[in-house]
Amino acid sequence: MSPALQGLITIIIGVGGCVGYFYFSNLFLDKVLYPASGPNAGRNINRANMIRPWLFLMPALIALTIYLAYPVFETLRLSLTQRVAGGGYEWVGFDNYSKMFAEPKFWEALSNNMLWLIVVPALSTAFGLLAAQLSDRIRWGNLAKSLIFMPMAISFVGAAVIWKLVYDTRPVDQEQIGVLNAVWLAFEGGPMSVLFLKIVPILLLLGFAGAVALVAWVFIRPLVKPAGPVGGGTVPLRLLVGAAAVWLIFTALRSAFGLATVDLPYGQPQTWLTIPFWNNFFLMIVLVWIQTGFAMVILSAALRGVPEDTIEAAIVDGANPFQIFFKIKVPQIMGTIVVVWTTITIVVLKVFDIVFAMSNGQWETQVLANYMYDKLFRANDWGIGSASAMIIMLLVTPILIWNVYNARKEMR
Amino acid sequence: MDNVVGKKSGLTWAVHISMAVLVALWLFPTLGLFVSSFRTADQISSSGWWSSLSTQERQVPAIRVAGEEVEVDGRFVIEGRLFEATNASVSAWGTSSTAPEANAPGAVADLGDGVTLTVAEDGAYVLSSPVSTEGTRLPRIFSTAATPPEFTLDNYRAILFDPENVDGMAKAFFNTLTVTIPATIIPILVAAFAAYALAWMDFPGRALLIAAIVGLLVVPLQLALIPLLKLHNDIGIGKGYLGTWLAHTGFGLPLAIYLLRNYMVGLPRDIIECAKVDGASDFQIFIKIILPLSFQFLWTWNDLLVSLVFLIDSTGETTVMTKQIVELLGTRGGNWEILATAAFISISVPLLVFFAMQKYLVRGLLAGSVK
Repeated sequence: MSPALQGLITIIIGVGGCVGYFYFSNLFLDKVLYPASGPNAGRNINRANMIRPWLFLMPALIALTIYLAYPVFETLRLSLTQRVAGGGYEWVGFDNYSKMFAEPKFWEALSNNMLWLIVVPALSTAFGLLAAQLSDRIRWGNLAKSLIFMPMAISFVGAAVIWKLVYDTRPVDQEQIGVLNAVWLAFEGGPMSVLFLKIVPILLLLGFAGAVALVAWVFIRPLVKPAGPVGGGTVPLRLLVGAAAVWLIFTALRSAFGLATVDLPYGQPQTWLTIPFWNNFFLMIVLVWIQTGFAMVILSAALRGVPEDTIEAAIVDGANPFQIFFKIKVPQIMGTIVVVWTTITIVVLKVFDIVFAMSNGQWETQVLANYMYDKLFRANDWGIGSASAMIIMLLVTPILIWNVYNARKEMR
Repeated sequence: MDNVVGKKSGLTWAVHISMAVLVALWLFPTLGLFVSSFRTADQISSSGWWSSLSTQERQVPAIRVAGEEVEVDGRFVIEGRLFEATNASVSAWGTSSTAPEANAPGAVADLGDGVTLTVAEDGAYVLSSPVSTEGTRLPRIFSTAATPPEFTLDNYRAILFDPENVDGMAKAFFNTLTVTIPATIIPILVAAFAAYALAWMDFPGRALLIAAIVGLLVVPLQLALIPLLKLHNDIGIGKGYLGTWLAHTGFGLPLAIYLLRNYMVGLPRDIIECAKVDGASDFQIFIKIILPLSFQFLWTWNDLLVSLVFLIDSTGETTVMTKQIVELLGTRGGNWEILATAAFISISVPLLVFFAMQKYLVRGLLAGSVK
């Protein structure tokens, strides 16, 4: 039997089974169990209506329980056990965790993941906001939007191939076929090279450090100079933001200093994905490229929802376009920005395919999801694999709680 | 909106230019892959894809004169062509590597002993000798030719329709379809009924269920890999399509239910009544409502991890396109004509769906992001 025909038959059986369940279970409920006729028609209709929601929900609930809820607890259990030879498991407590914490590869994955968590949502949101604002003001905006949105449809693996071509390297005596190396070889160490490859990036890094410091100060200030009572629950969060900011500023300043002192190897084609630390950014660009479209679509809808009269009032007051954007529009869509940010954060935490296809965690580009895959399916160590999965779960938990809290608030 | 008060903004040009730059940056990488998939291996490895779009003047690899010797008017003549392409034109040629551009097209070069060689602008050459050149070493021709853009469909032919090709994508394409279609339809059906119940039916525990679904929305599917693989092995499904469909259904459900519920709650009932009065059948209304869920198709089509864990066994019979591409990246890392074509075949279907359903996808995204 040809694979196409086999596929078709399985499709029909699978989908038919699903449709059949809903149709026949309702038929059974209405015609056999509580028929809407006879002496008890009224009572029967009421009873049928009490049962029907659960009939509708049943397949979904079963699937959700087995495929998402149960694995969370099972993974937790597995992370605390280890397989013994010959089958079965033994309880080992936190052994897997302490073994994992002793591995440098884990810390590399974790710190890379932190970098991803900051850079990708920040850049995607920023570019998305920029694209949304710009495209709303021009006539070909819709076309521009759909072109920027397009990478959303491309698989991570497809995107990996696309960007591998961009980063491709040929030996020095051949013509470069990767765009990045072709551009890189156009710089030859003259004043333009210094301007574009040293001064501009250093200014960007310093600007980034400054922006981080500003954000951190907003969070820390109430602790230093309490203007009023500081909400007790927010202190750990504020300290966490502060610590993260210090680390970020340090990283940015170190990179700026490194860039200022380093002798760039002009004229040498670079294998971009093997340059430690910086190769992380070359991988992140791929995800930023994909996620910007998502951020743009959501933010564009939010920007359109900004009440027209607030903008008109600002214009009457003599605000320039930049002031209107940053002081009138952005504050009003702050809620949406947070939503976009957290959604992309979750995507980042799950990012696996890009790293798997492009570098497979070599050259210090490991991330947690790929580390976990390595442990589970290459090292076949379910204990440590589950432990690293729990770390990912731990990192999403704050967002999970925040989302549930917001959803409940909205429903009330 | 600066026009509100009648002031034309000087920023308009800046806006147009920055938007154009942004769009170009976003389009450029995909365009590179697209163009590369229509070039031959030689073309890809000898020049960047961006230069293939315009006429290129470059050196053609040296070619040794070869062909049938014909006797014409007492001279022995060999005729041939430097290249197959009929629209390329030679700008200079020579017979030694030290002077590859010694002669103009059409000029006659004397190679000594009365042997002459001429190369016409269209790449046809004529070697003429007073004695037979059979058995002797014939001269090489170096040439510089301007080649207009030239593209081929051979890559697609080789990868899609050549059953001998081990790198072929035809099987993987059908496998992907076999995974995708049920893994799109089943979750949408299940989610539609669940969302209907959550949006329009009243029953105890509804709010709690919705909160639980919002929570499950962010649970990383990485957590589910090992427990579910264990489960599948225990109940005898093992690795195969059934397990993959179930896994996709489970992982896709939270978002599908949440999105559909939001969407349905936002639909006033009278809109549906109106549609019915206008003659839309229940099925048509249902299709309209679930169209934003077409992202489930994109997601299952593009997936790698779920197939890797739940579908592909050691025989590799059930490989999907994403997995095949990752393998090609490993074994054919430098063969861009294979990689680019394979990747473009895999992304062309989602791109088509994307451009056809864009309106609904945007609607889905807007309804599906947690507010």
